[in-house]
Amino acid sequence: MATTPNKPAAAKTSPQGFVYLPLIAGWLVPGAGHFLLGKWIRGTLLAVSIIAMFALGLAMQGKLYTSAQDILGLLGMVGDMGTGLLYLVSRALGLGAQPTQTTVADYGKVFIVVAGLLNIIAAVDAHNLRTGRKS
Amino acid sequence: MHPSHFTAVFLFALFASTVFGITMRDTPKRMFRYGAYCFALFVGSVIVFSWVMFLIAR
Repeated sequence: MATTPNKPAAAKTSPQGFVYLPLIAGWLVPGAGHFLLGKWIRGTLLAVSIIAMFALGLAMQGKLYTSAQDILGLLGMVGDMGTGLLYLVSRALGLGAQPTQTTVADYGKVFIVVAGLLNIIAAVDAHNLRTGRKS
Repeated sequence: MHPSHFTAVFLFALFASTVFGITMRDTPKRMFRYGAYCFALFVGSVIVFSWVMFLIAR
């Protein structure tokens, strides 16, 4: 009786190269992790959504968290840093430095934090695509 | 930029739902359906809670 060799399932989908590249690229630049994997439409939609949310937050005079003086400040800064280079470039340009004085500015602050959190979700999704956990 | 509260909610729901749909489902059809579901929940819950607060405040 002829038998076919059974390859382990992991060997069929074992990724080559640096597995964490899409994760890191996706964190630094929204959508870049999906672009690296050839998921152009998904990457574009993610990039547009996250960058637009971040830009709208700044346009609404939302504040960028720059120091962790208390637990809320720390959580806000972690959320902001989820946007990767957008956060660093914005800080370098002095954007989002004004204190929150209006309700809309408070919304803007939330937009920026949520953009960072969504970008982390998108980067993890790119990592899952890279490892074969998701198709 | 000073959008109205509803415009802010609409934009927030649109972008968050797009990311949720793409990252939480596998196929394009299921992504779209889940994104639309999240969007409806975001906007719908805001409208419902807005009316609740309006009625409480009366």
